[in-house]
Amino acid sequence: MAWLTQILEVLAALVAAPLFLGWVNKCRAWLQNRSAPSLLQPYRGIRKLFFKDAVIAENASPLFRLAPYVVFGAMVLAAAIIPSMGTRLPFSSAADAIALVGLLATARVFQSLAAMDVGTAFGSLGARREMMIGFLAEPALLMVIFVASLISATTALPVISERLAVQSVGLYPSLAFTAVAFTMVLLAENARIPVDNPATHLELTMIHEAMLLEYSARHLALMEWAAALKLFNYACIGFALFVPWGVSTTATGPAGLLFAIPLLAAKLAVAGVGLALIETLSAKLRVFRAPEFLATAFLLAVLGLLVRLLLGS
Amino acid sequence: MILTPLTLCLLLLALWAVIGVAGLARPTSLRYVARTLYPLGALCGIALAAVAAVSITWAPERLVLPFGLPDLPFHVRSDALSSAFLFLLGAAAAGISFFGAGYFRSGEGTAPGLLCLQYHLFLASMGFVLLADDAYGFMVAWESMALTSYFLVTTQHRIPEIRRAGFLYLLIAHLGAIAILLSFGVMQGGSWQFTFDAMRAAQLPSGWAAVAFLLAIFGFGAKAGLVPLHVWLPEAHPAAPSPVSALMSGVMLKTAVYGVLRVTFDLLGEPASWWGLVPLGIGLLTAMYGVVFAAVQTDMKRLLAYSSIENIGILFTGIGLAVVFHGAGMAVLAALALIAVLYHALNHAFMKSLLFLGTGAVLHATGERNLGRLGGLIRRMPWVAWLTLVGALAISGLPPLNGFVSEWLLLQAFLFAHRVPQTFVNMLLPLGAAVVVLAAALAAYVMVKFYGVVFLGQPREAALARAHDPGALEKLGLVWLALGCVLLGLLPAPVVGLLGSVTAQLGVGSLPQGASPWWVLEPLPDRDATYAPLVFLAAIVLVVVLTFQLVGRMFHRRVRRGAPWDCGFVRLDARMQDTAEGFGQPIRRIFQSFFAIEREQPTPFDRAPRYSIVVTDRLWRALYLPLAGLVQRAADAVAWLQQGRIAAYLLYSFVTLVTLLALVL
Repeated sequence: MAWLTQILEVLAALVAAPLFLGWVNKCRAWLQNRSAPSLLQPYRGIRKLFFKDAVIAENASPLFRLAPYVVFGAMVLAAAIIPSMGTRLPFSSAADAIALVGLLATARVFQSLAAMDVGTAFGSLGARREMMIGFLAEPALLMVIFVASLISATTALPVISERLAVQSVGLYPSLAFTAVAFTMVLLAENARIPVDNPATHLELTMIHEAMLLEYSARHLALMEWAAALKLFNYACIGFALFVPWGVSTTATGPAGLLFAIPLLAAKLAVAGVGLALIETLSAKLRVFRAPEFLATAFLLAVLGLLVRLLLGS
Repeated sequence: MILTPLTLCLLLLALWAVIGVAGLARPTSLRYVARTLYPLGALCGIALAAVAAVSITWAPERLVLPFGLPDLPFHVRSDALSSAFLFLLGAAAAGISFFGAGYFRSGEGTAPGLLCLQYHLFLASMGFVLLADDAYGFMVAWESMALTSYFLVTTQHRIPEIRRAGFLYLLIAHLGAIAILLSFGVMQGGSWQFTFDAMRAAQLPSGWAAVAFLLAIFGFGAKAGLVPLHVWLPEAHPAAPSPVSALMSGVMLKTAVYGVLRVTFDLLGEPASWWGLVPLGIGLLTAMYGVVFAAVQTDMKRLLAYSSIENIGILFTGIGLAVVFHGAGMAVLAALALIAVLYHALNHAFMKSLLFLGTGAVLHATGERNLGRLGGLIRRMPWVAWLTLVGALAISGLPPLNGFVSEWLLLQAFLFAHRVPQTFVNMLLPLGAAVVVLAAALAAYVMVKFYGVVFLGQPREAALARAHDPGALEKLGLVWLALGCVLLGLLPAPVVGLLGSVTAQLGVGSLPQGASPWWVLEPLPDRDATYAPLVFLAAIVLVVVLTFQLVGRMFHRRVRRGAPWDCGFVRLDARMQDTAEGFGQPIRRIFQSFFAIEREQPTPFDRAPRYSIVVTDRLWRALYLPLAGLVQRAADAVAWLQQGRIAAYLLYSFVTLVTLLALVL
């Protein structure tokens, strides 16, 4: 039964991640009075790329070709650790929340290294900016997770989620601080608007897209899919920490899963609207304002930690 | 003589010394010295590591050697703590010696035979530091370690900068040695017995114990490179030949960590809780300082040296944490923090040695240390590039390699620390965790810069096209160290179990026995926090292979090679890539207050525009130059006594004599 949840979760993440991206894009288009692309557009894009011939720069090393697989693999693995539907995940004993952050960092490092591999101006620019955002976002994310693990006395994500879901009826003030911090990290890490623009193709302002410039065909498809998975995973981490109610636990049994799946869909739908709203209402920051944005997130998370320790709430 | 682990270790150390002396037999024959003696030394290292690994769970064992200073025979003792560090020494030295066998060439300053003597005496004296059981033996070994490493640093003594770096190193090493000596002087507690046993038995008043502790932190901190005593490290480590840099960064810095642990948890016995805040605070500062400076370096060996400062900071942070917990009577957490320290010391020995040897291979293949003239070496030197990648990923703290494990353990210790009796410590600890996490994330930045600029991208110089992989022995050394990184990363639970015997023997405490199988690391069973790197690695490999196969089967595997796209720009050349300065620019901007920056910018009317930027350490101007000026002034004042006339000196002698007589009579 536990393995069923595990496999179901990974498959759901793989399938639903592009859909979630499509939903965010659709909401954004509606909010901006544009005609919206189809919900299935991300799938079509990925499928088209898989059929194309891969063109690789002459001087690209094997690291360049390996990176998309590693990044994609890391995101799939992350999906297996995050309790999006059920908390009884056999695989999650292999990696706790700190290891999850490490896994996301591995993906980032490989992506940045691959971007530097061909030796183009934009690639290394993107890598540098990505690492700049990463070194601030990663500690902020860890601090967010630390607050939750202080409340639940563990660093295992499913256990955190389960304990938060069962114990807390009221809201923790410390979690309120960290929820804001987490949203900021999510925006930065997924190349969303105040920090980066997923729709931009203006070279000098790109971060995430600049790293993918040299990729084509199946490698690009995997990278795009991995980016969608990353957004999906971040959303699920957010649910696990801040709205854990409704996931199937040991107490609810298999029937809980029937309830958890539609609930996850509902949470994702709401999160997509929220994300589109934030992106529509804010303007993109200059690159050197991004560290300030992330430092704010980091300090908010630390503040949450202090609130938790001092007031015990 | 009975063969016990202790006598075996001593024999192996003596063998190292003998190998060194044997180098003098034919000092100029590279074939004899490099191809015979260094591999022998490496085998000695493996044997030492094996003995230490077995004896770590054994009871302590002591011996009085039949020689030593006049009338003062050396005491030696091996226990779990020294075994842990002997293992580190042996295992890391084995890889470095294999590499060194292929690396050292004639024409690099000191003759090969002499270098071999210095190198092996350096190894042996580090080993003796770990075994010494009295202050005399310890100081003799400590000083011979400093001297041999000084000579190794100044191998290319014809270059003035290297002589200067060597002098700075020697100076600070001796400041540290004086502090250590004073610390021992305090710890003997009036018994005037300088054996460690006497120090263990001495009952010091708490004030004097604190003085001894602070002196030890200062003394060993000078050797380890704690801020503000770190200035010698980025000068001396790059100046040495690469295998020596690897030994100094990977192993010698750890002897300072060993010294602090020995003094704090063994000789002083019961450290007070507040002591821990000193290494904790300095450690955090050092970690941030080191990593921020590493990010802006343009010389690859200096970059690694600064990264060593960062790791030393993390080690001292862990030591501070362990002392705080120990003083507060929280045995399990103290053991956890101490195990994290030992684990990280071991990890750092492997990863940093690997990285330094990687730079050594690059240096020999290209003759360049400057990041601005390297690039694209992954295509010319695949062995070095891929093995260095292991080290770079490990030191960035990425799972499933070894750097992550110790970071994970340290964070677990930080995270469950919220019941220390003092409230203000309680408040400070999360901030400490935040700094550790920030430093670790910055370390990843530094390593992406290092690896990306050296091995990826396009070659920045035409000469790089002739670079090639090193010989078999050098590869063997790199493989040995990379394997160490991987194994320490994949098998954390057995290693933590072995290191647990160190904390148990020191009386710090031990981790509770969990019910987890050997491949799952679960240090605190009541916390549900587990980490199983083998499963982790298996899963990621499975997903990668499965994805590769499925994509190939369902679609196709066709690949075409073409010119880089770069948004359609056709005249791409190597100078358009990010330079090392460029990659460090965000850090330079965000952490501006750390640096003293001198910038020279062109004006619009310049005929030949030039842009230059020099980033230096603020502490030079704020601390060292005033201090040096003070010493100079004091020396000038004293120089007044030197009148240069025989009558004046006779007068001094007369006055001294009269004063002494007056005192005695």
